Amino acid sequence: MLAQQIINGLSLGGVYALFALGFTLVFGVLNVINLAHGAIFMIGAYAALHAVLVFHVSLLPAIFVAALVTGGAGWILDKLIFAPLRASRAPHLAPMIATIGVSICVTSLIEGYFGSENLRFPLDTLPSSTLTLASVQVNWLDVKIIVLALLLMGGMLWVIRHSSTGRALRALAESPKAAALLGVNVGGLFLATSVIASILGGVSGVLIALYTNSVFPHMGQPMLHKGIAVVIIGGMGDVRGALIGGFFLGFAEVLTIAYIGSNMRDAVAFGLLFSVLLLRPAGLFGQAPQRRA
Amino acid sequence: MRCRALLFILVFGVLPNTAAAQIKIGIAEALTGNASQYGVAIRKGFELAAGEIASSGGINGQKLELVIEDEQGKKEEAINVFKKLIFQDKVLLLFGPTLSNSAQAADPVAQAAKVVVFGTSNTADGITSIGNYVFRNSVTEADILPATLKVAAQKTGLSKVAVLYGNDDIFTRSSYDNFKKALQDLKIGVTTTETFAKGDVDFKPQLTKIKGTNPDAIVLSALVAEGAPIMVQARQLGITLPFVGGNGMNSPRVFELARDHSDNLWVGSPWSVESSAPENKRFVAAYQKAHGALPDQFAAQAYDAMYIAAQAMRKLKFAANLDADRRALRDALPAVQWSGATGPFKFRQATGRDGKPAGYDAVQTAIVMVTKRNQYVIQK
Repeated sequence: MLAQQIINGLSLGGVYALFALGFTLVFGVLNVINLAHGAIFMIGAYAALHAVLVFHVSLLPAIFVAALVTGGAGWILDKLIFAPLRASRAPHLAPMIATIGVSICVTSLIEGYFGSENLRFPLDTLPSSTLTLASVQVNWLDVKIIVLALLLMGGMLWVIRHSSTGRALRALAESPKAAALLGVNVGGLFLATSVIASILGGVSGVLIALYTNSVFPHMGQPMLHKGIAVVIIGGMGDVRGALIGGFFLGFAEVLTIAYIGSNMRDAVAFGLLFSVLLLRPAGLFGQAPQRRA
Repeated sequence: MRCRALLFILVFGVLPNTAAAQIKIGIAEALTGNASQYGVAIRKGFELAAGEIASSGGINGQKLELVIEDEQGKKEEAINVFKKLIFQDKVLLLFGPTLSNSAQAADPVAQAAKVVVFGTSNTADGITSIGNYVFRNSVTEADILPATLKVAAQKTGLSKVAVLYGNDDIFTRSSYDNFKKALQDLKIGVTTTETFAKGDVDFKPQLTKIKGTNPDAIVLSALVAEGAPIMVQARQLGITLPFVGGNGMNSPRVFELARDHSDNLWVGSPWSVESSAPENKRFVAAYQKAHGALPDQFAAQAYDAMYIAAQAMRKLKFAANLDADRRALRDALPAVQWSGATGPFKFRQATGRDGKPAGYDAVQTAIVMVTKRNQYVIQK
C-alpha cells in the first residue's frame, strides 16, 4: 500500500509542479501574480478537447492545438493587460487584480458557451493501459505526467542557466531598466515569457484533464489555490522551487490521507506550508534579497 | 414579478375568475434560475396530467384550471407567490415549491391559511412536520438509501463497506448521514470513512487507503461531477468492488463521464424510465410525444401528484364556500392510494415538532438498480 501511495504522490506532485511552473515563471520575470493562470489552464483543456471532438485528431496534435491557443491567450494577456500596465507604471497590485477580472470573464464565457457540466475525452483517445508491479498499479498516463514535468523543468532550468536568452531573462528579473540599457529587448522578452508561461499552463491543463478525465469551466480554481501554495513553498519565481514544492505538496496530501485521515488533508498540507514560511519566509529556494527567474 | 405572472397567464392561456365550474390549482415552481432544470420538468409533468384529466371528463365534469407562477427557487419569492395564489387567485390547493429550502419558508404560509400545499420534489427532513396541510409524494433519501443498501447486501453478500463522501456539500453530507444510520441499522461494518472536497480531481490516495482495508463494497455519497472520476480512478487502481451510491449518483450522466468504468454501481430511485409497469409506460410514451424527450424523475413525480390530488377532488361535494372546500380536500387527501408512473403510492402521517401528528409523507417502494454496460438494470 505504501508503494502505491508513493506512486500516487509522485503523479499528484507532478501535476502540481507542472501547473506551478508557468505560474512561477510569470512571477519571476514579470513580477506579476497571474491569477488568470487557472483560466489559461482551463482553456488549454477545452482547446484540446475541442480538437479531439471536432477535428478527430489524436492526443499529440490536440496538445499542440492547446499550446497554440493558450500561447495566443498569453500573447493577448500581455498585449492587453501586462504591457499597458507596465507602460503606465501601475502599482504591483493592479496587474494581479486585472488578472482576477480576466479569469472571471473567461470562465463565465466558457461556461456560457460550453455549459457548466463536466465534459470528458472520448475513451479511445486515452492511454488506458496500466503497468502492474507486484501490488502497485501504474497508469502510463501517470508515468507520462511525471516524466513530462521533469523534462519541462529540466529544459527550463537549462535555458535559464546556460543560454543567452536565459541570461537576458535573469537580467530582466533583476532590473528591467538595467536590462534595457544592456540592449535586451525588454518588451519582446516580457511578451515571450507570458506566451511560454501560458503554453505551460495550457499543456498542464490538457494533461490534468486527461489524468482525471474531466473538463469543466471551474477546473482551474482549485489548481490555482494549490499552485499558489506550491510556488510559495518552493520560493516565488524559482523554477526548481516549483518542482520541489509540487512534489512536497503532493506527498504531504497523499501521506496525510494514508496515515492521518482524508478529513485532515488540507489542514495538514497547508499547515506544513505555513510552517515552511515561518522557518524560511522566502520559501525553500527563495532568497529574499535576490530574485531568480 | 407581476409582469412575469401575467406573461405566464398569457402563455398558458389561463385567466383568473372565468367560468364558475372550474377548479383552480396553484402551481409555484422554480421556472427560472438555478433550480429551473427541476421546476420546468415538474411543470411539464403537471400539464401532461392535467391535460389527460381534462380530456377524460375532468373532475366530475368540472375543468381544472392551472395557475402557474415562477418562484425562482428563492425563499422570498416562494412566499410572495404562495400569498398571491392563496389570497388573490383563491386556488383550492397549491403544488410546489421546487426546493426544500423554499418549502421550509413558504409552506407555513399555506398552513396558516389552511390550504393544502403539495410538494413533489422536497426531500429534506422536517418539511411535513410544518403542519397538517403539508403533503408530499417525493420519497426522501432516508427511505431510499436503506432500501438500496439492503438489496445490494442481499445480491452481493456484502458485510463490511468503506465509505467515501464529499464533506463540504450539504446534499452529499446529509446523504452520508442517512447512509451512516442505515449501515448501523443493517449492522453492516465500516472499514474506513474517507472524505473529499468539491473540485478535487485526484482520489487515488483515498481509494488506495480504502483498498488496503479490504471492504466488500464502497458506499459513495457524491455528486456525479466527483463520483464519476472516483469510479474511473478506482477501476484504474484495480478496485473492482461494487459502489453503492446516493441520489447524487442516480443520473444517466454517470454513463457519459465514467463510460466503460461505470459498471456495478447500485442506486435507488423512486422512479425509473426502465420501469415496465403499464402506468409508467403510458406516462413515458405520452411525455415523449408531448415534449420529444424522455421524462425525468421530477416530471414523473409531478405527473403522479396531479392524479393523486384529482382522486381526492373527485370525492368532494363542492360548496360555495372556498374555506370549506379547502378543508374538505385536506380531509379527503390522506386516504388516497394511487398507482402511477412511480408505482403504488400512499400517504403516511408525519409527526410535528411538538410531537403531534402533522403533514403527510410518501410511502413508496424504492426501485433499486445496478449499472451494467452503460445502463441501469432494475433489481427486484
